[in-house]
Amino acid sequence: MARVHFANVSKRYGDVAAVDDLSLEVADGELLVLLGPSGCGKTTALRMVAGLEEVTEGSLMIGDDLVNDVDPKDRDVAMVFQSYALYPHMSVAKNIEFPLRQRKIETAERKQRALEAATTLGLEDLMDRKPGQLSGGQRQRVALARAIVRDPRVFLMDEPLSNLDAKLRVQTRGDIVALQRRLGTTTLYVTHDQVEAMTMGHRIAVMQGGRLQQVAAPQDLYERPANTFVATFLGSPGMNLIPARRQGDELVTPSGSLVVPAELSGIAPGEVTLGARPESLSLGTEGLRATVSLVEMLGAETQVHCKLEGGTTLVVRQGHDQVRPDLGHSVLVSVDPSSLHAFDAATGDRIEGSQ
Amino acid sequence: MRTRATRRHKDWALAYALLLPGLVIFSIFTFWPFLQNFKLALYQNPPYPGLPSTFVGLSQVGDVLSSVTFHQSLISTLLFVVMVVPTGLLGGLVLALAAHKALKGMAIFQVIFSSTVVTSVAVAAVVFGTLMDPVVGLLPWLGLDPHPAILSNPTWALPAVAVIAIWQFLGLSFIIMTAGLQSLPEEVLEAARLDGARAPTMFFRVTIPLLSPTIFFGLVVGFIYAFQSFGQIDILIGSQNAEFTHTNVLLFYIYRALSVQNDPGLAAVLSIVLFAILLSVTLLQFRFLERRVHYAGN
Amino acid sequence: MPATEQPTDVVRRRRPRARLVARYLLLTLGAVIVLFPVYMALVNSLLLPSQIAHQPPPLIPTNPQWHTYPDAWTGGHLGIYLRNSAVQTVIIVAGQLVTSILAAFAFAFLEFPLKKTLFIVFLMTLMIPFEVTVATNLTTVSSLGWFNSFPGLTLPFLATGFGVFLLRQAFLQIPRDLKEAAQLDGYGHLRFLWAVAIPLARPAIAALGVFSFLGAWNQYLWPLLVTGNDNSVRTVQIGLKQLLNTQLDQLNVSLAGTIIAIAPLIVLLVVFQKQLVRSLTAGAVK
Repeated sequence: MARVHFANVSKRYGDVAAVDDLSLEVADGELLVLLGPSGCGKTTALRMVAGLEEVTEGSLMIGDDLVNDVDPKDRDVAMVFQSYALYPHMSVAKNIEFPLRQRKIETAERKQRALEAATTLGLEDLMDRKPGQLSGGQRQRVALARAIVRDPRVFLMDEPLSNLDAKLRVQTRGDIVALQRRLGTTTLYVTHDQVEAMTMGHRIAVMQGGRLQQVAAPQDLYERPANTFVATFLGSPGMNLIPARRQGDELVTPSGSLVVPAELSGIAPGEVTLGARPESLSLGTEGLRATVSLVEMLGAETQVHCKLEGGTTLVVRQGHDQVRPDLGHSVLVSVDPSSLHAFDAATGDRIEGSQ
Repeated sequence: MRTRATRRHKDWALAYALLLPGLVIFSIFTFWPFLQNFKLALYQNPPYPGLPSTFVGLSQVGDVLSSVTFHQSLISTLLFVVMVVPTGLLGGLVLALAAHKALKGMAIFQVIFSSTVVTSVAVAAVVFGTLMDPVVGLLPWLGLDPHPAILSNPTWALPAVAVIAIWQFLGLSFIIMTAGLQSLPEEVLEAARLDGARAPTMFFRVTIPLLSPTIFFGLVVGFIYAFQSFGQIDILIGSQNAEFTHTNVLLFYIYRALSVQNDPGLAAVLSIVLFAILLSVTLLQFRFLERRVHYAGN
Repeated sequence: MPATEQPTDVVRRRRPRARLVARYLLLTLGAVIVLFPVYMALVNSLLLPSQIAHQPPPLIPTNPQWHTYPDAWTGGHLGIYLRNSAVQTVIIVAGQLVTSILAAFAFAFLEFPLKKTLFIVFLMTLMIPFEVTVATNLTTVSSLGWFNSFPGLTLPFLATGFGVFLLRQAFLQIPRDLKEAAQLDGYGHLRFLWAVAIPLARPAIAALGVFSFLGAWNQYLWPLLVTGNDNSVRTVQIGLKQLLNTQLDQLNVSLAGTIIAIAPLIVLLVVFQKQLVRSLTAGAVK
């Protein structure tokens, strides 16, 4: 078991920085999720830990070892690939044993350990099958078994659930979490799926454009996004952003004004970006004037898209028993002041002292 | 702890080590001898063995290229190609079309039709040599006058050898055509059928155009095959008939220059000609394939 | 003729049957043309010398002389020639497989300076037919004292640009994830080659093996030049040349020898037809 520590780590391909000055510590035994859209650098960061990509700058530690120049095989990390990377010509048993065969472990012990790993994942009856004869979920479990059989210091998982169908994904999500909690192995988990991130990670590190945006526990991330990117990336739909200006005790928007709530009293006069989650907006008798541009009924809830003056669109989450306005109608969107966020209009960073 | 650089250098060393055996063989037995041709072509062989060869510059090249023997050799080669390639391809296409249907016994026919691809020139020559023999052969039976023997008859020797080459090429031609037929897009054929195309229309307007890349590939392969054929001639007609100009195809000419005339200079000039011809055919194929890839990409 | 359905036709029921018969007739005719020459060799090999020259030629051996086969094997040098061909073929096939696998692996899985250039160098060998290198190769081989020897017979053929090309394609089909997974598990390049890449590329390797076998077994020009008049390494192809010059009373034995010489290839064709087709059409598809 070991912590993983990125200290000002960068990975550059020519002029392009895939990962830019990343500083991040994964605690011993923690499951940390690297979350971000595709191309954000999360997979590159993971592959640097594996040793499959070289670190251009900065230092990367596993446990107490500086591993920048250590061979992948000497890092004692195991990786679960998005494609599972199972060897098609080997049986399940051989696949699981494969990592042990290079480690001078006796055949009997090797078989024993492979069987244990397989049993942990409920694969003991499939040992003689080839990967081609397995379902997607079974293949995924073989990949996990192959990772745990070595008892490595760190697990690296690269979108391991993205090839499963939706139902299986939910179940496997739970299984991986349970397995990780039981083994207590430090795990770095890459995904672009925020639901996976929210449900699995002890903490989530959100990346964008090669840069780390925020690291926090799931709930904190949701409740206190560090910037507008995190705010809009998390949640479905993401946080609504409303351009505004503070004038005295009022927040003025093109569609009307709001009273500055006590929680936001710290923000300076001038331009500001306000943030409001869809669930903290409602259609009522007062608030911002808007026109209904789209109504999406999702069963348990209805998402009403409302266009403000000046073009900003807000999404309002309505319970299924609440009013469903017609398209094109004028409505008033009221904001729960206590759950309003504020971001710097220029940088997009959260304004501390808000909330 | 090893550094990144040494690790990378180790990979490089491994890569070069893996390439080395092939590179050594190619350097000694392909590139160097190939380049030597350009030097040998400039040296004339001594009239008597043992004397040094003399530098004559391009005059030898000019002499060879303007010689009657060379011209006749080129004509024989082209005649041979013209007799072998179209016939072989057409035969292969007919057999492939006949066997291209999921019917009983088709696997057996496919093995039979492919079978000549495994026969060597020597086997083909011996087998056909017997059949064409004036005494034990089939000609008297077919009511043809076996004398003079067709293989020593200036008019019939080359066509007779061509028949052997066609038979041998049939297997390869069948395999290529079958692969082409199998790669035809089923939807297009299906669509043409739904449009009510009748069999002849289907064949000439849809199948043949779709098959044209395969036919072109077959042409190139057949051309190279025909150019490299000389074993039948060596076995059945032999180099004793050195003046037997009608079957003196280019490769046989090279072989004779080397083993009978002991004239590496002549062989080198002829080799360069052979290379130039084969290279232009191959380049033609590449250009054609490039265009095809381009179309497919759009 | 391509298979077409006649839409809603009255003759629909009768014509397919006629077509089927026509198709089988055509197939049979083709098979007869293709097989006839070898069949006649087979028949003649079983005849008495007096029958061979008989006109019209007998199409069925009424009194098969099976002894011609053991005669062909023991008399003459056919046994030696076949052994030589086998040795020569095994060396060439093994050599081509090894050099092709190694080079193809480097091109598919390793990064190194001049990679592209070197690959082009390997491909260039496809442009140079062996025939145009014969003159100097003869000099080389004789100056090394390898005339009439297996090294002389086989060395020029131990590498093949086609093989490198074919196997590189096959290796490139292997997902990179497998290489990386193996790397994390402590498998170096060569161990990965052995444990994963070769087993996964087996179909392509088999295709190359069959192709090499065919080429090596049937070689004519080079063995003819380097084996001179020496029996000790002469291959069966060159041996067949002599068979034709035998006396009429030995012709049946000679033809028996010819049949024996084709036999390994017929086995090859029947057992490895798929691989053979794959290698022969490798340049056509795509």
